[in-house]
Amino acid sequence: MSGGDPTLERIAQGNGLALCAAGAWTARFAPVLERIVADAEKLRGSRPNIFIDVSQISKLDTFGAWLIERLRRSLSQADAEAKISGLSANYSTLVDEVRRVKAAPVVESNPVSLTGMLEQIGRAVAGTGTTVISLIDMLGAVLAAAGHVLISPRSFRLTSTIHHLEQVCWRAVPIVVLITFLIGCIISQQGIFHFRKFGADIFVVDMLGVLVLREIGVLLVAIMVAGRSGSAYTAELGSMKMREEIDALRTMGFDPIEVLILPRMLALVLALPILAFLGAMASLYGGGLVAWLYGGVDPEAFLLRLRDAISIDHFIVGIVKAPVMAAVIGIVACVEGLAVQGSAESLGQHTTASVVKGIFFVIVMDGVFAIFFASIGM
Amino acid sequence: MAIQAQPTSDAIIRVRDITVQFGKTRVLDGLNLDVKRGEILGFVGPSGAGKSVLTRTIIGLVPKIAGRIEVFGVDLDAASASERRGVERRWGILFQQGALFSSLTVRQNIQFPVREYLKVSQRLLDEIMVAKLVMVGLKPEVADRYPSELSGGMIKRVALARALALDPELVFLDEPTSGLDPIGAGDFDELVRTLQRTLGLTVFMVTHDLDSLYTACDRIAVLGNGKIIAAGSIADMKASQHPWLQEYFNGKRARAVVV
Repeated sequence: MSGGDPTLERIAQGNGLALCAAGAWTARFAPVLERIVADAEKLRGSRPNIFIDVSQISKLDTFGAWLIERLRRSLSQADAEAKISGLSANYSTLVDEVRRVKAAPVVESNPVSLTGMLEQIGRAVAGTGTTVISLIDMLGAVLAAAGHVLISPRSFRLTSTIHHLEQVCWRAVPIVVLITFLIGCIISQQGIFHFRKFGADIFVVDMLGVLVLREIGVLLVAIMVAGRSGSAYTAELGSMKMREEIDALRTMGFDPIEVLILPRMLALVLALPILAFLGAMASLYGGGLVAWLYGGVDPEAFLLRLRDAISIDHFIVGIVKAPVMAAVIGIVACVEGLAVQGSAESLGQHTTASVVKGIFFVIVMDGVFAIFFASIGM
Repeated sequence: MAIQAQPTSDAIIRVRDITVQFGKTRVLDGLNLDVKRGEILGFVGPSGAGKSVLTRTIIGLVPKIAGRIEVFGVDLDAASASERRGVERRWGILFQQGALFSSLTVRQNIQFPVREYLKVSQRLLDEIMVAKLVMVGLKPEVADRYPSELSGGMIKRVALARALALDPELVFLDEPTSGLDPIGAGDFDELVRTLQRTLGLTVFMVTHDLDSLYTACDRIAVLGNGKIIAAGSIADMKASQHPWLQEYFNGKRARAVVV
């Protein structure tokens, strides 16, 4: 039924030439057909009168019809137009259809050039400024929405906030506890391994306590939250943006910041201190366990030493950073989410950007806090 | 009354005793259906009756718990991977929302299946792409736009162009005219008819649009209670005593169409 392989036979007729097409001129044979037609196109001008006989074609589709039309066009000369003969009635509509096709528009391609690359770098640098402005813009919008909620508490979305709190806090507990526990174990093991050379095993408790409570606990948890919840926020808001759900909200008279972003921000700001606390406890527990089993520091000695080594200041320094980092992660995630354009690719780009920028700003904030606490002597 | 589809040699799709279940809900229950070569079959039924489910079952996106599906005479369950690919190459599908690849331009969307299946030059790819755009009634200028920059009607047309890219013998259209204005929908019906004539297509069209049934379809099948409750011409449908058919084809909206 599919007919034989397509052919194009050349038959001389007086001073003219007949090109007899036969077989299946269909998509399946398109690569062969393309070659046949390209060969035949070279016959242009070789004879004063060329026509294409298609009566033997067993099957024709758009590919075949177009290639015959293309051949006809390239064989046509100023004075003599090539003709198609033997066209059956059911194929003539198809050929008429492709006759309407004008030459294909040219693909515009952007060749890689030095200026192009420089331009991209320039745009990226200029883009950094815009990023900072849009973050500040979002911060302002969120604060304004929070202010509005304070004035009229009825507009606060408690259910939504609780829902997000479950997502970003409760459901994150197992993984956060597991990872911080393991990190605590590793710090402790490494500390004992090296401190033992100086006979200073017990000082591992100082190191663990200070490191975990001041820095590692909150920083690690913030990075995990940026990867886990920041990306989720961006993807959620981004796909809502793509499906015009955010526009729908706006037209119903709701402020997307108040309805979508404020509950998410609030959940994150509440969740991160809780997670940071749990993470710090899990690290200390893991570290203590390793100190006992690997380093021979029994739990009583560990706790005594810990009480001496750290003060409440260390804990406060750590935990105060958590809500600020949460706010940074949340704002970055929401800005990126609302910046998503119509395509899946754009959603991917902005989700990546959300995590990368979130982690970057968390580390920058941590540095700023370190300078601040050093200068106030905490 | 269940219509038993009689086995015909020129059935391009043959569905036998298909049962599909989601959890405890039985959506399709021993359904039989034949689609003949070269016809435009309109597939109607109340919302939620499982019209899209049947389409998706035939094309293999929804698993069935019983039954047999033959397309082009190939039993899709027994087919090897390469036989299945052969079948897939011969059909085109227009999804309800278009399902255009959002990160590709119109040009790339239409060329995508061609590029994957055929080794042809970029020039031919471009020319075929333009031919398809012209066929579905779009200007070649839209070729470098992204799906997010198109209107609803244009998305449907581009999606149809993509479904037709490899010159399939069989096209599934899932509510092709939903979301189009009546004039646009009418044009679309006309387009489907023209394409069916020029390309010799077989069309399986899920629709809610009475106009489409009147102007575009050769035959109509009605889905209800997980089975085909009726199949035949418009006249058969109007003569049927089934209450839903009575309401659908002789109700207020139906009269408006006929007038």
